Amino acid sequence: MSTRRKNISAHIDWTLLGLFALLAAIGWLNLVSAATGPDTAVNWSLESMHGRQLIWLGLSTVITLLILKIEGEFFIRTTWINYALTTALLAAVLVVGRKVGGARSWFGFGGFGIQPSEFAKFGAAMGLAWWLAFTKGLHDLRSIIGSLAIIGLPVGLILLQPDAGTVLVFVGFIFALYREGMSGFVLVAGFTALVMLVFTIITGATTVNYPWIGPWSGILRFLLATGAVFTAGIFLGRSMTRPRHRRKLTRNLVLWAVAALTFSAVLHTTMAEVLKPHQRDRIHVLFGIEVDNPGANYNIRHARIAIGSGGLTGRGWCEGPMTGFGFVPEQETDFIFCKWSEEWGFVGSALLVLLFAALIIRIFFIAERQRSAFTRIYAYNLGGLFFMHLLINVGMVLGLAPVIGIPLPMMSYGGSSVLAFSIMMAVLLRLDAERFSVLR
Amino acid sequence: MVVGIVVTITCIFIGRLVQLQLIEGELKVKASDLTESRTIINPSRGLILDRHNEVLVGSEAVYDLVVTPRHLRNLDTTACAIWAGISREDLEAALKKARRFSRYKPSAVRRRIEPAEHARMAAVLYKYSGFELWRKPIRSHRYRVATHLIGEFAEASADDLKRDREYDRHYRMGDYLGKTGLEAIYERELRGVKGRRSVVVDARNRVRQVGVAASVDRAAEDGQDLTTTLDLKLQQHAELLLAGKAGSVVAIEPATGEVLAIVSAPFYDPNLMLGASRGAAYDSLLHDSKKPLFNRAIRATYRPGSIFKLMQGAIALDEGVISPGTQLACDRSLIGCHGPHTMDDLSGAVIHSCNPYFYQVMQRTINKRSTGNHFTTAARGLDHWKERIEAFGFGTKLGNRLRGTAAGNIPDASYYDKVYGQRHWDFGTIYSIAIGEGELLATPLQMANLAATLANRGWYREPHFVKDIGGRGAPTGAGVRFETGIAPRHFVPIIDGMQNVVEQQGGTGWRARIPGVQVCGKTGTVQNDPLLDHSVFIAFAPRDNPQIALSVYVESSGAGGEWAAPIASLLIQGHLTGAVDSLKQARYLGAVPPMPDSQLAIEQPTETAQQP
Ligand SMILES: [Zn+2]
Repeated sequence: MSTRRKNISAHIDWTLLGLFALLAAIGWLNLVSAATGPDTAVNWSLESMHGRQLIWLGLSTVITLLILKIEGEFFIRTTWINYALTTALLAAVLVVGRKVGGARSWFGFGGFGIQPSEFAKFGAAMGLAWWLAFTKGLHDLRSIIGSLAIIGLPVGLILLQPDAGTVLVFVGFIFALYREGMSGFVLVAGFTALVMLVFTIITGATTVNYPWIGPWSGILRFLLATGAVFTAGIFLGRSMTRPRHRRKLTRNLVLWAVAALTFSAVLHTTMAEVLKPHQRDRIHVLFGIEVDNPGANYNIRHARIAIGSGGLTGRGWCEGPMTGFGFVPEQETDFIFCKWSEEWGFVGSALLVLLFAALIIRIFFIAERQRSAFTRIYAYNLGGLFFMHLLINVGMVLGLAPVIGIPLPMMSYGGSSVLAFSIMMAVLLRLDAERFSVLR
Repeated sequence: MVVGIVVTITCIFIGRLVQLQLIEGELKVKASDLTESRTIINPSRGLILDRHNEVLVGSEAVYDLVVTPRHLRNLDTTACAIWAGISREDLEAALKKARRFSRYKPSAVRRRIEPAEHARMAAVLYKYSGFELWRKPIRSHRYRVATHLIGEFAEASADDLKRDREYDRHYRMGDYLGKTGLEAIYERELRGVKGRRSVVVDARNRVRQVGVAASVDRAAEDGQDLTTTLDLKLQQHAELLLAGKAGSVVAIEPATGEVLAIVSAPFYDPNLMLGASRGAAYDSLLHDSKKPLFNRAIRATYRPGSIFKLMQGAIALDEGVISPGTQLACDRSLIGCHGPHTMDDLSGAVIHSCNPYFYQVMQRTINKRSTGNHFTTAARGLDHWKERIEAFGFGTKLGNRLRGTAAGNIPDASYYDKVYGQRHWDFGTIYSIAIGEGELLATPLQMANLAATLANRGWYREPHFVKDIGGRGAPTGAGVRFETGIAPRHFVPIIDGMQNVVEQQGGTGWRARIPGVQVCGKTGTVQNDPLLDHSVFIAFAPRDNPQIALSVYVESSGAGGEWAAPIASLLIQGHLTGAVDSLKQARYLGAVPPMPDSQLAIEQPTETAQQP
């Protein structure tokens, strides 16, 4: 027994744990600053925002240690209990949850709140890993339908809240699907469709004042930009491939462009002509478009100013006036990256992005060294979730992606997210530590 | 492939961070625009004092109500309009205009709010988020004197602001600056340095941090006080005597060149030009036919008349073409004359203001170096004569960088060549300038400077108006000594004559007589057809160690002795003895010479002359 435990601690991936702990520490210090502001002294009470976050971090640490002591087999065996439980919570929250910001996504327990969608990511990641390990890959119709059902159930429930951001995070499972046999075509087509869908809806709801034409829907500008990107891609591709591949590549890219633009145009027409106004508003709400005030890009403009004002080295811890004095709304949750960027400048921001990248790449690296299909697929799922969070949150804050509110893992204020990510990370660490004793 | 996607996205993010944080500097500017609220602290403007440190012009404050549209919140326009003391329509128009100008920068809603009303408004300012009251220094003229010299302090025009933007970026819209006179010349010294205080505000415009931007914070430096050379009592006295008349008085301390008094009549109440009434007041002054805005003392050019003869005599003595005892006949076939005299020496000619005498004196001066041709002799002689006259300050801009001073006109050979053609004129053509008429033009300041030069027996100091600025003494160039190049002894017969002009029985300047003071003076009467003549008098006193030299010019008032001389004597008496002949003063105070509309603008030199 004692040799076994020793083995476990010897085989834990300290790099991944270190990166994750570093991220948690940075996130907490940043939250202290977000709660403080440049004109006040730090309040060390547990009642404060960072105090509550510290409680959550403490709870997460305890649970992490517990999970590391439990054999991995236990989690694999309880996958379906897990999945059923988290999905049931998602269903329950639709009935008894608190409505915050137009979405019914919270359970309230006194001062603390629980967001079941955060834990649903864990349930789905486990469920998908079990199913794909069981079917030995995504090769037949049964495995495809099963996978879609496992992902689709929580996604559907979350859409009912509605919470588009969290739904988009589930796209991260595509990495595992791709790894387990889904054709690359689906991956690229899926990504293209997703990008076109999001931008079509977002730009379609805006109005741009065009030269000569006058004010018209922003979709036109987006379509023109997409066309330009594809055209550039075709010419770039031609110059970078061997002559005998050129014709095929050009033909594929032209078809791809036509398909993407047609998809976008049809989608926009459907939105504009077929859907009833209240249905359209529903979708707009889903994507965080303020129906009453389409010109309100206040948040994103101020976010950009806050980041830009950080300069090379930033304003210093607790010294950022843009975030500290209320110019950036939600600076402690969805816009937490602004806080960090304003106070630590380019140096800090780039390091944080690199830290996330290192963490994600480490997870994929760990995935590839597994003998157990379950662990490999689960690791891919976890990496994919981290990646989607980074992509959507930081992309939004930097003004590269539409405004869709999701937390930045371990940085944003919120206990459910911290606890869920800690649990997922701990399970991966435990499963990875057992990689040499796995016989399957 | 999966790792490739992660790396690609990471690179895109870092590229974007490079763009936002390292390249786009304007975001930093926008951030400080949002988070920093800069308050400009206006310094007090420097005082303007007389030579005895009496405050002529003080500094007071009015307030502007400004609004920053971004900070407007739940505005009740009806209540706000009542509070701001304007109509609701005006308030809404002002807000609309402000929004169009800038959401982030303040615009004026109402200007020039008096301190009493400011107190009422400031008490409830907190109710109107987005509004501020800005203090602004304005002028208060305690004694309402020397308006023309001190000049106007008024709102900066669009042109002023444009010039300032290229220059030193001191003013913002609605600020006041010196427009004319000393206020304009010494604007940089008087205005001081604006202070700046930055505070950090939060998104609701509440002040959160003070003194964090110490690098841009700065205390206001008050403007420097300006001590003029004016003597308040003399200035007030001169304005009292010139009230209701058109003309000027310039009084100079001969030893220093300091201007003791400078008056241009009619004048106006400078306090009318402050505050909200300025526009209407300025308009009525601008269109007044008597030109009250025009500073006659330095800008008006008149024919100097008989006072010019004093210079002719001194130059002729120095040239050696006459001696003090030279007797010349009053040959009235050359030029008209007046009074019962037939033959005079130099002193006598000054007393009688004999026109033929000075005709012949100038003729000798001009024709001293004969070239054999009377045309070229006259041309060369005239150019030489002009240099001698200019040594007295005529034909030059006196006044030590006071703006708008006129140079007057001293004709030279090329001037007459243009009028008559080369070799088409000689002394016989231009003789009227010998007695201060013809094409000659001089300012009252130059005439007073002549009196000072005579008082000093041959030199003068640059007349100036500023004794001290900011404790550093007079500005450069003030009081620089200029020589006429004429020996003091040559002035003796002329000063003898001047003393007798006043003291001799029947002298033209007898009205300038002061018991116990030796006054040396000279009258002049300048024809002003078809109206009454201009009356001129220059004088200095006492004869030995002179304390004051002055010129008095009264437009369209008749002979020089009648109006200008008694006014001069009252001023000299008041300045030297501290008391005045009250009976004499009473006669001239209320009395107003017939004063038609000013002819200054259309006045042309003529050849006709009249002598007293
Ligand atoms: Zn005579």
